[in-house]
Amino acid sequence: MADFDITSQKMDGMGPHGTKVGLLRVLGPAHVWALGVGIVLVGEYMGWNFSVGKGGAYAALIACWFAGILYSCVAMIDSEVTSTVASAGGQYTQAKHIIGPLMAFNVGLYLVFAYTMLEAANAITAGYLISVVASMTGYAAELDQRPFIILVIMFLAWLNYRGVLATLTFNLVITAVAFSAIIILFLSTSGVLGGGIMEHAALFEGHELPYGWIGVLAAMHFGLWYYLGIEGTTQAAEEVRSPARALPFGTLAGIMTLLIAATLTWYVCSGILPWEYLGDGVDGAVAPLFDAARLSGSNALVWLLGFGTLFATLASANGCINDASRAWFAMGRDKYLPGWFGAVHPRYRTPYRAIVFLVPIALIFALGAPLDQVITFSILSGLLGYTFMPLNIILFRRKWPLDTIKRGYEHPFHPIPAITLLTLCGVTFFAVFLGYGTQLVAMIGFYIVVSLWFHFWRYRFVNRGAQFTMPWPKPRGY
Amino acid sequence: MAHYHPPRQGKASQLFDVVVLVVLTVGALFVPLWLNLAGATKSVTAPVENPTWESLGQNAAQAAKYEALGHTPESAHDLILARFDYSFSIGALVTMIVVIVLYYALILRFSEVEYREVISEKFGE
Repeated sequence: MADFDITSQKMDGMGPHGTKVGLLRVLGPAHVWALGVGIVLVGEYMGWNFSVGKGGAYAALIACWFAGILYSCVAMIDSEVTSTVASAGGQYTQAKHIIGPLMAFNVGLYLVFAYTMLEAANAITAGYLISVVASMTGYAAELDQRPFIILVIMFLAWLNYRGVLATLTFNLVITAVAFSAIIILFLSTSGVLGGGIMEHAALFEGHELPYGWIGVLAAMHFGLWYYLGIEGTTQAAEEVRSPARALPFGTLAGIMTLLIAATLTWYVCSGILPWEYLGDGVDGAVAPLFDAARLSGSNALVWLLGFGTLFATLASANGCINDASRAWFAMGRDKYLPGWFGAVHPRYRTPYRAIVFLVPIALIFALGAPLDQVITFSILSGLLGYTFMPLNIILFRRKWPLDTIKRGYEHPFHPIPAITLLTLCGVTFFAVFLGYGTQLVAMIGFYIVVSLWFHFWRYRFVNRGAQFTMPWPKPRGY
Repeated sequence: MAHYHPPRQGKASQLFDVVVLVVLTVGALFVPLWLNLAGATKSVTAPVENPTWESLGQNAAQAAKYEALGHTPESAHDLILARFDYSFSIGALVTMIVVIVLYYALILRFSEVEYREVISEKFGE
């Protein structure tokens, strides 16, 4: 074992290098769990059900589990790399040290757009939920959702501006409530507590696989929505007290929580709602768990799941603002973007300029695009990022084998998780192609153009040597 | 290798860079939307006149759920019968694969060139 202890909290790379005022180290493993699960749990409350529409209820369950395998690979790989490259920017900083600046620039944009689009989708859902509550409480006219969408984004941006500890403590509480609501709904409707109302066999009769096996492949597209964003735990790397312990623990506990929540969600919703209604997230079940509660006949469950949905959207949007702003901040600090964004607030110690700048971007999408388009944009950015991860870990192990630097966590069975992840990403690209191929090509066209812009223009402002801040030996092969 | 000193970027140039990125970002989502090329649209290929739950292929349990959700056979007609069309051409599939592979090849190639400069400067060659 070499002397390069990259899990140290005192060495370069673990601290807030490059800025005069650093981010505040106040978070523990529970906050990391809350950040990861808080962002993702909304995926159980809305969006995942588009996978039912693309392939039927069984296809959505298969997609749920295969997407679960995909994200387990993501969590394992991410835990190893991030426990060593513990710095704001997460996968962006990993790419900078392992593959190179252009890859890092692309990964930074994946993160920002995946999270900002997810934030926009959350705000749309919150606006919808408030309009449903208004009609349930007797408001006869059509409620204008736009003021509520704006209010949600502005309030959470303000919370993020003021400080990370308050933000993620808020997330911890509302995420716990939203997760408990799913468990209570399952216990109340499945027959564990009182009489059950599940009718899986009757509701599936004649509609087992309405599109055949190609529908199972197609369902993988929105199957990612059950878990999208769990990789965001790495964004808190500069703000946790013990990165080598808290990041792997929080991330792996998070993916286990989500696997349970996703399966329970599918079980409850597909046993109560007909698949055509469940699978239409625009004209049918916009918030499927809430709809399932409405059919349970219990007012208490309706209110609980109403608050659960609202809390899940708020927690997710809150975490998304946190993560997107950290990635934008990190790119500004490195001059991959204008350096003005790389500033830390002198009093609140938050990346305040990045937080404020991303507010209008989120509003443009929340107010101007349909929900399934916004979700697809987010999923595509996430998918491009997951395709980067197997390349990243293979090069990481090749350039710095296990005996050259100390890792906070070593993931087992390498390279099987990397190969599995790459294969599942290929399947998901095909799933997106089935129905959303134009958006896929438009999005990759966008990334090709901005890559050329970065390489031939923006990169001149980047200080080469300052891009490598970890206390590692020279990579093998260079 | 001589140490590289990046030029200082003026405020106007920084602002211009931000505007370029925002325009490209918004364009990537909204141009396909404006051209009506984005997203899958479901369509009803075989509409049913005077629909009943039976003619829509719904059994008693499924019909009861729709009624509990406030639907009639008429209002649920499009919701139940609309389907995606998953037919595609091999040419379109090959184009997608080529675009994705070219994209990753491009960024890995350019990244490698940039990375060698970073390593060379960091480790003092």
